[in-house]
Amino acid sequence: MISLLRTIGLTFLHMFRKRETIQYPEEKVSLHPRWRGRIVLTRDPDMGERCVGCYLCAAACPVDCISLQATEDENGRRYPEFFRINFSRCIFCGYCEEACPTYAIQLIPDFEMAEYNRQDLVYEKEDLLIDSQGKYPGYNYYKVAGLDSGVKGKGEGHNEDPPIDVHSLLP
Amino acid sequence: MSLEVKKMAIIYIDHKAYEVTPGKNVLETCLTLGFNLPYFCWHPAMGSVGACRQCAIKLFKDEDDTRGRLVMSCMEMVKDNMYLSIDDPTAKAFRAQVIEWLMTNHPHDCAVCDEGGACHLQDMTVMTGHTYRRFNYPKRSYKNQYLGPFINHEMNRCIQCYRCVRFYKDYAGGKDLDVFAAHNHVYFGRAEDGILENEFSGNLAEICPTGVFTDRTLKAHYTRKWDMTTAPSICQHCSLGCNIIAGERYGELRQITSRFNGEVNGYFLCDRGRFGYEFVNSTNRVQQPLIRSKSSDATDKQSLYHYLKNILATDKIIGIASPRASLEANFALRKLVGKENFYQGIPEMEALLMRCILYILNTGHVHSSSLKEMESADVVLILGEDPTNAAPLMALAIRQAVRREPIQKGEMYIAHPTQTKLDELASNAAHLSPDEIARLGYAIANALNKNAPLPENLNANTLKLAKRIARILKKATKPLIISGTSLGSESIIKAAANVAFALSTDDKKASLSFIVPECNSMGLAMMKAPSLMHAKETIENGKANTIIVLENDLYRRSAKKEIDTLFNLCKEVIVLDHLHNETTGKASVLIPVATFAEAEGTMVNNEGRAQRFFQVFSPKNENFRESWRWLDEFRQFKDGINPEELKVPDDLMTEMVASMPQFKGAEAVTPDADFRMFGQKIPREPHRYSGRTAMLANINVSEPKPHEDSISALSFTMEGYKGMPPAPLIPFFWAPGWNSVQSINKYQEEVGGSLRGGDPGKRLFPKMPVLEKIFMNHIPPVFSPLPGEWQILSLPQIFGTEELSIYTPGVAERAPKPYIAINKKDAKSLNIIENESLQVQIQDQNYTLPVRIKKELPDGLAGIPYNIPGMCGIGWPAKGTLKKGKT
Ligand code: SF4
Ligand code: SF4
Ligand code: SF4
Ligand code: SF4
Ligand code: FES
Repeated sequence: MISLLRTIGLTFLHMFRKRETIQYPEEKVSLHPRWRGRIVLTRDPDMGERCVGCYLCAAACPVDCISLQATEDENGRRYPEFFRINFSRCIFCGYCEEACPTYAIQLIPDFEMAEYNRQDLVYEKEDLLIDSQGKYPGYNYYKVAGLDSGVKGKGEGHNEDPPIDVHSLLP
Repeated sequence: MSLEVKKMAIIYIDHKAYEVTPGKNVLETCLTLGFNLPYFCWHPAMGSVGACRQCAIKLFKDEDDTRGRLVMSCMEMVKDNMYLSIDDPTAKAFRAQVIEWLMTNHPHDCAVCDEGGACHLQDMTVMTGHTYRRFNYPKRSYKNQYLGPFINHEMNRCIQCYRCVRFYKDYAGGKDLDVFAAHNHVYFGRAEDGILENEFSGNLAEICPTGVFTDRTLKAHYTRKWDMTTAPSICQHCSLGCNIIAGERYGELRQITSRFNGEVNGYFLCDRGRFGYEFVNSTNRVQQPLIRSKSSDATDKQSLYHYLKNILATDKIIGIASPRASLEANFALRKLVGKENFYQGIPEMEALLMRCILYILNTGHVHSSSLKEMESADVVLILGEDPTNAAPLMALAIRQAVRREPIQKGEMYIAHPTQTKLDELASNAAHLSPDEIARLGYAIANALNKNAPLPENLNANTLKLAKRIARILKKATKPLIISGTSLGSESIIKAAANVAFALSTDDKKASLSFIVPECNSMGLAMMKAPSLMHAKETIENGKANTIIVLENDLYRRSAKKEIDTLFNLCKEVIVLDHLHNETTGKASVLIPVATFAEAEGTMVNNEGRAQRFFQVFSPKNENFRESWRWLDEFRQFKDGINPEELKVPDDLMTEMVASMPQFKGAEAVTPDADFRMFGQKIPREPHRYSGRTAMLANINVSEPKPHEDSISALSFTMEGYKGMPPAPLIPFFWAPGWNSVQSINKYQEEVGGSLRGGDPGKRLFPKMPVLEKIFMNHIPPVFSPLPGEWQILSLPQIFGTEELSIYTPGVAERAPKPYIAINKKDAKSLNIIENESLQVQIQDQNYTLPVRIKKELPDGLAGIPYNIPGMCGIGWPAKGTLKKGKT
């Protein structure tokens, strides 16, 4: 009997505590930057597409909901010809972001993606690509890679010596 | 199984005893035993050089030695009572350090590197445990070179293992790839930018353990190894039937890699085979059934069925088979039209040569040599063939026979009208007319065995050469005779047979190998049907009025006029093919069919080996159906079955063997469709295959049910048995920790040896003598050119001659432009110099061709590249007249 009254009392006291429930959607939630929501494709500091079409995100995805095709521009810079995420399958695990060697694919704190029609959850590159570097500013993969893809010449990259002169036998 | 018992050696690895075969190196022995020992420079086909220092292990003096010393396992031979350690901390640290050093200069490229996911360097780095870069200084960089349409160059990724030059220069005889500069600046490339000339350059993509050399055609539609749907397949581009793995993604064929077969192609492929696949993706594919008499051309399956049902019921039909279609397809045609109305789609000349070859190989007095066996021949005699162009991988095998070091070098003798690439290795290369080649062959046979006929009026030089060759052949323990159909000479083939017969004894048969024109020429010949000429007669006599042409462009077979007449006499011309060509242009009913990548089938290679290729993927276009499926349906109509009640044919191969026992064994070259590994099918896709729930989501977000494969033990998905499939069913090579092609090690009984359970394919020719050994006598008279008339020679071209590979832009780029080759003397008599044009009349075709002077050509012979675009439609053998052009 006493314990019963005590429980009622405690519950009653909670009415005067700070409320956890928020009045969504009038009131917005504040999410942390590392919250795993909507997936975007970002751009490098020079506003070039960051994704190099390496297929690692697709391979890492446990539900296989990423599919893309790599292609190259006239300079040999690789980028995705198409990039598709089927969000009706995505489980927002963030493995793709973890696998991405270029910081291209990122999960951002936004979950407002609901649709009435499942087909509308299939996002193409146009829907994914944003004009921002996202969470990791400053990184440009093509500047640290050895490849010359029109971003920097051979030997002009980060921490790279000028190309070897094949005709020289000097030590 | 040989009864000889090999003495085994006992070695101790990390205190555990193993029984191993002596005479192998420690590295391959450890790999055979299943250890994961990293290596770079050693390759099972090329041996060890000890250059990379990656395979270090500890070797101890004896059981009590605890210090031991570091050795390179690839450089140590297995000896009895060897004490080794792989896990020794010093050895492990050494191996990790070697990788760390290599990585100090390695670019940060994996994401954009085509090797990634199939990279031996990645695998070895993970294996040694090197994970973090401690070296902070700048990386070395190199400029790349343009190496042609097949191979991409990215020199920064090189780890200086020297495999590329060892393969290209030493193994394949290439001249234009080398190592330049010195110390830590060494550079692997050409002296200057330009196309890699060697016919086997594509193998660099597999030989190079890194992404320096990669497949350029793959780059154009890049897909990682793990994302491809692959199936075991057979190369369609010459008669050798090299084993390939064909990979598909998004409905397109994307890559061909070598599928190891110890008896056939081993680790390698030629560039025609590796890169000639793009015809499958060609825009020139026949997309829909057409009935040309109908107002709107394209038609659907139902109206096609109804149209054909009437024709099949009333018309008198003959069937034209094809040397590039599978046995199944050809047999389905034979069943449809009946045995007596079934014709080989090849000219009488070729049919004759094939009959002759079949007879010789079926006598049982000669051994039809596999490519593997060729590699160990000690004397090679080539009569009238240019293997580098006609059957490229055979040239690679012969090269190994001749350069076998250090034991003893093989010897080679060549007789061919023009210079061939193998001449450089030959002890003697005689450039003779076809008739003289045959006479030389007969003379050799006579010098070996007096019962063989001797040509009359032999000139002294030829006789001397014949005697010399005979003497060498007699001493040989493994002589090999090579000939073939390229020059279209029956006499040469018979002369080659005589030499082999003369060398053969009852217990030791001489090896003989014939190069035949196409991938299934041998299989078709074994069906023993009359040639195209007889088909024409039948139509001309009015005994038939409708013709069904199976996967065959008849305009490539014979003079244009003849084929025109043939088609004009037919009421209906029904053509089944995958690409539009001149023949499909004449079709009144045109039916699209599947290519090798979209179909399953069996072929017989030049050796008489039946091999099966499997369907790689289900094409998006449902009209791309196997020829045998269409043809069997037509047969059902003929038998009165309605289009609505069609059935899938039961096992065509079994039925075929029942009606043609010469194919016995061909039905069982692979496990059948009910075969399961622990109740599961063998998946065509690796377990890392990605994008399943997204690749078709743009069309419909609900994924369709995957296609089912009811005719084989393979599945089109990634689900199924994950372990090692039986050898004929290996869709891709992969083992835990081994993502690159180097994983083949794990699939072999003994590293470098045959696949577990035996190499796939089954030889159909008899082992035992079945016919009497009778020397052939078809000696041509002395060749003497007639004034004003030239004998036209067909010169096969690795790039250009083959009908399908030409659809790959790179192959077309490498194909020669039409030309005519004559010698200096003839050029002088025509008052013409190199590159000027000649008016050439062959039969009733006129060509204007630039002249190429080949000084070795005998007088009165003019060579033209065989069946390259623009030069088809010649009836062989051909004579022609040459006149200086007016321009
Ligand atoms: S992992 Fe990153 S770079 Fe690679 S394909 Fe995915 S998004 Fe592009
Ligand atoms: S060669 Fe291998 S390790 Fe080097 S960049 Fe290419 S994939 Fe990566
Ligand atoms: S290019 Fe490739 S094969 Fe040649 S040395 Fe470098 S890593 Fe080895
Ligand atoms: S040698 Fe012939 S069968 Fe082998 S890969 Fe080349 S074309 Fe294909
Ligand atoms: S594999 Fe032994 S040193 Fe290279």
